[in-house]
Amino acid sequence: MSDPEHSEHAVHLLHQMLRIRRLEEKSAELYSAMKIRGFLHLYIGEEAVAVGVAQALSPEDALVATYREHAHALVRGMSAKSIMAEMYGKQGGCCRGRGGSMHFFDVDTRLYGGNAIVGGGLPVAAGLGLADRLQKNKRLTCCCFGEGAIAEGEFHETMNLAVLWQLPVLFVCENNLYAMGTALERSESQTDLTQKAASYNMHSAAVDGMDVLAVEAAASEAVSFIREQQAPFFLECRTYRFRPHSMFDPELYRSKEEVEEWKQRDPILTFKAKLFEQGLLDEARLNHLEQQVAAEIAEAVAFAEASPLEPIEDLTRFVFSERSQA
Amino acid sequence: MSTATQQQSSYREAVRAGLHEALQKDSRVFLMGEDVGAYGGCFACSKGLLEEFGPERVRDTPLSESTFTGMGIGAALGGMRPIVEIMTVNFSLLALDQIVNNAATYLHMSGGLFNVPLVIRMATGGGKQLAAQHSHSLEGWYAHIPGLKVLAPATLEDARGMLLTALEDPDPVLIFEASVLYPMEGELTAVATPVTIDKAKVIRQGRDLSIISYGASLYKGLEAAEQLSTEGIEAEVIDLRSLRPLDDATFIGSVAKTRRAIIVDEGWRSGSLAAEISARIMEQAFYELDAPVERICSAEVPMPYAAHLEQAALPQVKTIIEAARRMVG
Repeated sequence: MSDPEHSEHAVHLLHQMLRIRRLEEKSAELYSAMKIRGFLHLYIGEEAVAVGVAQALSPEDALVATYREHAHALVRGMSAKSIMAEMYGKQGGCCRGRGGSMHFFDVDTRLYGGNAIVGGGLPVAAGLGLADRLQKNKRLTCCCFGEGAIAEGEFHETMNLAVLWQLPVLFVCENNLYAMGTALERSESQTDLTQKAASYNMHSAAVDGMDVLAVEAAASEAVSFIREQQAPFFLECRTYRFRPHSMFDPELYRSKEEVEEWKQRDPILTFKAKLFEQGLLDEARLNHLEQQVAAEIAEAVAFAEASPLEPIEDLTRFVFSERSQA
Repeated sequence: MSTATQQQSSYREAVRAGLHEALQKDSRVFLMGEDVGAYGGCFACSKGLLEEFGPERVRDTPLSESTFTGMGIGAALGGMRPIVEIMTVNFSLLALDQIVNNAATYLHMSGGLFNVPLVIRMATGGGKQLAAQHSHSLEGWYAHIPGLKVLAPATLEDARGMLLTALEDPDPVLIFEASVLYPMEGELTAVATPVTIDKAKVIRQGRDLSIISYGASLYKGLEAAEQLSTEGIEAEVIDLRSLRPLDDATFIGSVAKTRRAIIVDEGWRSGSLAAEISARIMEQAFYELDAPVERICSAEVPMPYAAHLEQAALPQVKTIIEAARRMVG
């Protein structure tokens, strides 16, 4: 990482992770202030995964995500304003306030949810892959899901079909060790998740999900494989969420010691330390980054506050398409 | 009106003709489901299509209802016009998550950004001694869901034409083909004419009561009407065609004229489509009625295998006639 291009790229990665962290911290604060309601699932601790994977994707690729998708939306290029306004339930939100925190969608960045039924996004991602295959498009679909989805039948059905039909889909399993409060070893007879994919003849790999460079490298390799072979790939990113599952979680199922231990591996702190150590970052630059991020988040909050509400007269719109969009 | 050339066809062949035309005229259309290819379709509706259109467009799937239905949603989002075939409505319960949580919600959840132009076909209904896991009529459940369009073609023209119209619709459309109708023979125009998918149709004009029905039950209503006619009771028979949205205007208009309504619905009575129609008549035509609305539905048991029990569970012509006599007499 000694040449300037690499050094700028490293700072870019840190910047992206900081954007996610600060957005999520602000979201938690706004939840407590009752500006954001419903369920709110934070990505704090897992930033290296979304950032690392996003580096490997092209703008024309599609993304199918879960209810813990703020980070993915942000790093794929959706504006923090549109994200924040959606969480506020405002008209300026990406889905006019009809989706909320768990259901972000976006045409420009090809984000197909924000899917809040665990495992439910996998078949949709495979279908997007099938459409690309049938239309001979060069793009791919990235599908992110937690390790909890591995227990769902749709995971197994999708692994099988994606290989059988050779679909250009990157399956990213964000293994944060807990499906809500159920530890992986309490729900899976086989805890090496790459073996599950491998049993369907899918190429797979596992990577340290707390290391953004490692995730980026593994995702890039996976994406090259998919583009060259026109076949799916399963990438397990081993990570950890520092916050509760949602805002309603007293965390009875894991010890404070365990959380503290993982926090030693905080993807932002460790990466920042590495950049300092290698002389790629100094306090002044870091302060500048933080200020930039703080301004972006403040602007997003101001936008959300000022955004109008969707009129109640429009309640029943978007049940069927308005003919003009057909 | 010039009469197009008529040809003999079965309902099954009409479905196949619709599939054939859809595949031929739009390269975005493909068919996927269990045994739609090499087997020719569980009910032989896609016989020969694999040979003609190849395995990319006529796709045999593993027994993974939820996933191939969800893949239909994804493919629709990705620019294709998929037709997903699910063998029977009972099996579609394995795909409820995708149909109800995804296909029906994406447009609204995304604030209008993503519509899902997906067509799902499945067989429904009893009468073939297939017992309690292959015979139910659950289309009324689907008709409960905002975001879905639910069709029940009863005629050959609709069996062919509704599929073609559904494929032009920007939103998810479910088509329920009554499995007892597949062998039904009749006449069909050589060239498909476009059909609506949001209007009910008066199939037989009448004066004394309205028999409101759809799918296989429609023919029981028509038979009852013929017999009632010999007794001097003239029944109007309405084919609902679309179960969601319901075409209130057509059946309310009929009831306003005849002042009596019998709803024939193969679903179970409790919480049924018949209950919904009855409620709408009460709401919109209460003061026009000369008698309480009658409902002829399936008996509230899982469908039994033995023929005499199954027939006893299903709506019957005799029961419709008895209800009509009660109301008019």
